[in-house]
Amino acid sequence: MNDFSNMTKPTAKGNWIFFMAFVRKEFHHIFRDKMSMLILLVMPILMLILFGYALNTEVKNSKVAVYDPSQDEATRAIVEKLQVNDYFVLHRMLKSPDEVDRVFKSGEVAMVVVFSEHFYESLVHGGKAQIQLIADGTDPNTANTITTYASTIINNYQQELLKTGAIPYQITPEVKLLYNPSMVAAYNFVPGVMGMIILLICAMMTSVSIAREKENGTMEILLVSPMKPLYVILSKAVPYFFLSVVNLITILLISVFVMGVPVAGSLFWLIVLSLLYIFVSLALGLLISSVVNSQMAAMLISAMGLMMPVMLLSGMLFPTENMPVALQALSDIIPARWYIIAVKKIMIKGLSVGSILTELAILGSMAIVLVTVSLRNFKIRLE
Amino acid sequence: MISKTQIPEDKVIVARDLTKKFGNFTAVDHLSFEVGKGEIFGFLGANGAGKTTAMRMLCGLSKQTSGEAWVAGYDIARETEKIKRCIGYMSQKFALYEDLKVWENIRLYAGIYGVPEKDIAGRTDDLLKRLGFEAEKQALVKSLPLGWKQKLAFSVAIFHEPKIVFLDEPTGGVDPAVRRQFWELIYQAADRGITVFVTTHYMDEAEYCNRVSIMVDGHIEALDTPNNLKQQLEAKNMDDVFHQLARKAKRTEQ
Repeated sequence: MNDFSNMTKPTAKGNWIFFMAFVRKEFHHIFRDKMSMLILLVMPILMLILFGYALNTEVKNSKVAVYDPSQDEATRAIVEKLQVNDYFVLHRMLKSPDEVDRVFKSGEVAMVVVFSEHFYESLVHGGKAQIQLIADGTDPNTANTITTYASTIINNYQQELLKTGAIPYQITPEVKLLYNPSMVAAYNFVPGVMGMIILLICAMMTSVSIAREKENGTMEILLVSPMKPLYVILSKAVPYFFLSVVNLITILLISVFVMGVPVAGSLFWLIVLSLLYIFVSLALGLLISSVVNSQMAAMLISAMGLMMPVMLLSGMLFPTENMPVALQALSDIIPARWYIIAVKKIMIKGLSVGSILTELAILGSMAIVLVTVSLRNFKIRLE
Repeated sequence: MISKTQIPEDKVIVARDLTKKFGNFTAVDHLSFEVGKGEIFGFLGANGAGKTTAMRMLCGLSKQTSGEAWVAGYDIARETEKIKRCIGYMSQKFALYEDLKVWENIRLYAGIYGVPEKDIAGRTDDLLKRLGFEAEKQALVKSLPLGWKQKLAFSVAIFHEPKIVFLDEPTGGVDPAVRRQFWELIYQAADRGITVFVTTHYMDEAEYCNRVSIMVDGHIEALDTPNNLKQQLEAKNMDDVFHQLARKAKRTEQ
């Protein structure tokens, strides 16, 4: 018989070797499971494309009808400018104001432009030159976007007239969208998708894989073994950490080279920030796994408890400023919210690291709290 | 409380009034028994009689409410880490990783229990040869039949040559012929000096044990060799013995 006392004493080196053996085992679990591979490698790209193209808030080729009783130099110039623009297509000219109602009801057009009578004359002599922009308000986002586009075009025309001295001095507000002058939607959703993907991979995949060990009874074997529970947990986190980094790089490459979203600020700090966020997400996954016993429950809690709030409350799709106070408070405790804000500052606005100290501090404290709670919660003995 | 010096040398498991309560429910009620070195000790009982709970306390998976026990000479309440190094454990779910290959499973568990790196490969080949699984070395565990998985799981549980191996209903779901093959492995292990502590509710398995204890409602109703039990109760087989004793149960299945 063998001498146990000799062979079962764990050494630091031995611990390291078997920690790495465990990490390898986790990679086997991932690479041999089609579903995991699909979620880890295809989904991030799919989400980028989905948010990038399908859920695009940019509006192009909107059909426009025009009622123009003046038919003068100015109205023709404005209609011409609307038409040459990417955003609008002139559907048809209306013969009477009564038709406005009809074209909206039939859904033919997205916007109607109505000029006042004697438009050019009024413009030049400072009279009542008016343009009415009528849009379909059932879709407020689209209506808002296209009327803004149209106003910009009309203002530009006015500016031109000013320069030629054809009309007297007039104050025209100049609207300029900072950081995202052409209102590219990708500038908004890339940070959001980054926040969501990382959270999904770290929190959901980690918690599901720990729950799977509980379900299969292998966790019991591990807990009976001399292996330290902390190592079991850490070995779970390591592969997902690496995969998150791979995904982070993929997302950044796609955003920069396919979607044309530049990294305006420091790439170094963007990565530091992301690593911190990955850490927070892993800690969340560990916390979830310490309270659930089945893969299904882990999945549901991750999806409902993390994904939904991230999509709805993190400011990714809807601005948090307009939310009721209670929801705003809720959004404050969502790590993704702070991450998305910080990514926007560094990546899109190109601000220095000084501007994201608050976000870094918040994410850092979240990490400390979550790791402490989940390690304390992780049961060494199964009751 | 008894001191460590009072534990007999040749007893690898000693339990004294071991009790586990879950709220008002007493799952294990003042259990006292001893298991000798190299013995095959059967732990019998209906579902919900408290066998698994008792075994989990001995393995350090669950903390006793009161009472004491020593496993391999170590106190289960205070020396769990030492106990863990000299026991093997196989649960009713046999718990191999289905998506790992046969040799990967062996390698992993051998590593967890601290088998020296240089010995693992050689001993893996020896084991697969003994089991007649050489051709399956590279196969994924999920492709094996249930009986094979159980044999493999048992072999993995004793790969590090523990002093005691705990088996929690190891042969669930397979027919008596396959169970008999499994028990040949258990005998081989016992011959090498490994103490076997096994829970079961199959009575054909009870006949194979050196001694059996029959648990009813959280306490031991009888404890002796299968032959002695049959004589005492004038029963023709263990099935009969079990039914005579289990009739006293008040608890229904959990």
